[in-house]
Amino acid sequence: MTDVSTTAPKTPRRARREPDDSEILRLSQVFAKGLGGIPVLLLLAFALSLATDSFLTGTNLDNLGRQVSIYAVLAAAELLVILTAGIDLSVGSVVGLAGVVAAKTMFETTGGLPVVWGVLLALLVGAVAGLVNGLLVAFLKLPPFIVTLGMMGIARGTTLLLTQGRTVQPLPEGFATLAGGEFLGVANLIWLMLLVTVVVGLLLRRTVWGRYVYAIGSNAESARLTGVPVRLVQVSAYTLAGLLAAFAGVLLASRLGNGVPTAGDGYELQAIAACVIGGASLFGARGTALGALVGALVVGLLNNGGTLLGVDPFWLQIAIGVLILAAVAAEHLQNLRTRRPAGPTPGQPSQPAPEAAS
Amino acid sequence: MGEANPTPVVSLRGVGKSYRAVRALAGVDLDVLPGEVHCLAGENGAGKSTLIKVLTGAVNRDEGEYRVAGTPVRTGFTPAEARAAGIGVVYQELSLLPDLSVGDNLCLGRLPNRAGVVDRRGQRAAAERMLDRVGLRGLDLSTVVGELPTATRQLVEIARVLGHDAKLVIFDEPTTALSTAEADELLERIRALRAEGVAVLYVSHRLEEMFAIGDRVTVLRDGTHVTTRPMAEFDHDSLIQAMVGRTITNLYPGQRATPGPVRLEVRGLRPVGFPEPVDLTVRAGEVVGLAGLLGSGRSELLRAVFGADPKLAGTVLVDGERVDTGTPRAAARAGLGLLTEDRKESGLMLGLSIEENVAMASLPRISPLGLIRPGRVRRHVRAATEGLRVKFGEWSDPVSSLSGGNQQKTLVARWRATGAKVLLLDEPTKGVDVGAKADIYQVVADLAAAGLAVVVVSSYLPELLGLCDRIVVIREQRVAGELDAATATEEDVLRLASPVGDTSSSHANSAPGTGAAHPEEVQ
Repeated sequence: MTDVSTTAPKTPRRARREPDDSEILRLSQVFAKGLGGIPVLLLLAFALSLATDSFLTGTNLDNLGRQVSIYAVLAAAELLVILTAGIDLSVGSVVGLAGVVAAKTMFETTGGLPVVWGVLLALLVGAVAGLVNGLLVAFLKLPPFIVTLGMMGIARGTTLLLTQGRTVQPLPEGFATLAGGEFLGVANLIWLMLLVTVVVGLLLRRTVWGRYVYAIGSNAESARLTGVPVRLVQVSAYTLAGLLAAFAGVLLASRLGNGVPTAGDGYELQAIAACVIGGASLFGARGTALGALVGALVVGLLNNGGTLLGVDPFWLQIAIGVLILAAVAAEHLQNLRTRRPAGPTPGQPSQPAPEAAS
Repeated sequence: MGEANPTPVVSLRGVGKSYRAVRALAGVDLDVLPGEVHCLAGENGAGKSTLIKVLTGAVNRDEGEYRVAGTPVRTGFTPAEARAAGIGVVYQELSLLPDLSVGDNLCLGRLPNRAGVVDRRGQRAAAERMLDRVGLRGLDLSTVVGELPTATRQLVEIARVLGHDAKLVIFDEPTTALSTAEADELLERIRALRAEGVAVLYVSHRLEEMFAIGDRVTVLRDGTHVTTRPMAEFDHDSLIQAMVGRTITNLYPGQRATPGPVRLEVRGLRPVGFPEPVDLTVRAGEVVGLAGLLGSGRSELLRAVFGADPKLAGTVLVDGERVDTGTPRAAARAGLGLLTEDRKESGLMLGLSIEENVAMASLPRISPLGLIRPGRVRRHVRAATEGLRVKFGEWSDPVSSLSGGNQQKTLVARWRATGAKVLLLDEPTKGVDVGAKADIYQVVADLAAAGLAVVVVSSYLPELLGLCDRIVVIREQRVAGELDAATATEEDVLRLASPVGDTSSSHANSAPGTGAAHPEEVQ
């Protein structure tokens, strides 16, 4: 596509089509736009239902949903940061911290504060951790990797200090029903996972804030010069990630029925893996909430299927590792294909405007 | 030197290269003889860069014959092979590693060593020999390259290329970042190379340099070979004629209506590095050019108006109302729009769609409660791009799929979508081919006709003279004067823009550690 000619204006070919195609999600888009995880997911599910009798049973699917839900919420949190071309290594530790904060609030004052208070306080703590991350990244321009690595240590250490390394239990009955309960015959955890995915998805796709997140991830300087409040959006993305991580922590504590100081250890890597398998790019601006959910499901399915088939869990780790590499390689190859012809006037990428010719 | 008695150092016959559907080179012949300075002339997009890349093995030709010193070269010619064959390039963007020392840079890739351990003394001797050849005897080898003035860095780069026993040195726009005095010195250096029997392929937009130094010239146009003739057979006009292939009287839009009331008023603005405040007034419908040499501060001034960089003092008024230009966000809200010099680094969001790139600046306005309404966004984007002749496939295509000219139009559309009253353009036709250039000039004229105030920074004087009503000349971070574009000549502008006392200019000093790099060079 060159624009050498100055022929008559060739207005967009699709002028007469009024239902805007941004509103129609085509099948090709599902597969092309970074959702390579879906075929993998379908393939896995298909293979597992053939290979085992127990996979397609209600009990197993319910079990799977509960296992995956917490990863999925955490993946959504991680996605927000990854889209800004950042990374959040602290989400796993925030899971632990939030769980323990919630547990201690309800437990310590024996009979103590109501469950709601425990949950709210835990969410607040998570949001503050995210806020600090965001402020350091946005205003001091520190690399997200380092900032969140620091926060990862701080949050985990705080968790261990608060509990002296001991599990906090027992917790009130009401708290356990948060994760353990059901609604319309489906586990609360699954509903909450879907809710988080839908909310984050809408936030990213249908709000100005969400578009700003992608803009920053694509090119922060361009975004700034376009009038995007870059720092504000960065801070809010990290804060929201912290909040969602804390929510995952509360759900985990509720599911376990106690506040475990080591809970969430290593979850940040699972969350990043889920995002990447779901089509997110660590360079930012690529990835969707649905993709993160699919990625989490793929990871969960591998674990679940492995258990059902009696596969050595060590092998499962290898399988997940291979999958991450495959996902990144696929994205990279796709980039090579789509971006190569992209260079404007391919032959002359770096011709400057001519200097004064007199 | 008309006859080709000596064997050419490099020789091309019927060489072609395509990038997908785009034909970058077709049937190009070229002979560069030892001891000659061979100039390569052509507009942006004529295929000069591709030709250089073919010569250096950076890209491979699709067809045709390539000989080095008479020996045919296989198609998969690599840059390493080219270097070994004695073909060296001095790029416009210097390829030295700024954090390493002069000595390390010179010997990189061929460090004298014993069993992997660097032979310091050998390295020192080799580096000094190389510097000697470009007249930099005595330059401290441990100086970090990033601290050297541009002209010195350029010489170090040449020294390195020569150090690889280059038979052919290609200069790709070597003087872009140099002052006049420095450029003259470089040309002198090149004459010395010629005297040593080195072949030189010289590429520059500055015609006067070609006339000063060239023995022969090859003219390319739209990827094809137009002619190769002794330089003396051309004069300024006939060379342009050959490059352009047609008269370009209608490249710039015609006369415009008389300007309306004052739209943009800049009072006492002091961008960082400016010794004194600058005032600037632009009326509705007026196009004002900012001229100046590279590093004069013209881009900094433009960016300061928009609030892209911090400034020391000053106020900006749009339609008589004082606007907060502390941040680009505030400036954009106040009706200002900026197209930066480097649209990929600081303009486009390459991974996002064309639609999003156009809509981004005006999203809040068309999204009640911050909620995106896709239909409304689409209509808005359509209206903003109307009449800009942007050529693309789908709105959802990544903006990176567009050509340079269309990308630039996308950015214009972005500000049109915000209802901008003032448009600040920094090198709007950089890396844009001729056809799209004419389009962009028309767009600028149309926007002005629609009542916008437009400020254009450009290094290309014909463009400024053709496009603008007035030209404000910046010299060394000061306003040097103002000219009426209708009556001014390029010489008038250059006279105002050139540093006073020419050779005693601080930039011409090649002692290491003096002049800090100009902002533009850093980018």
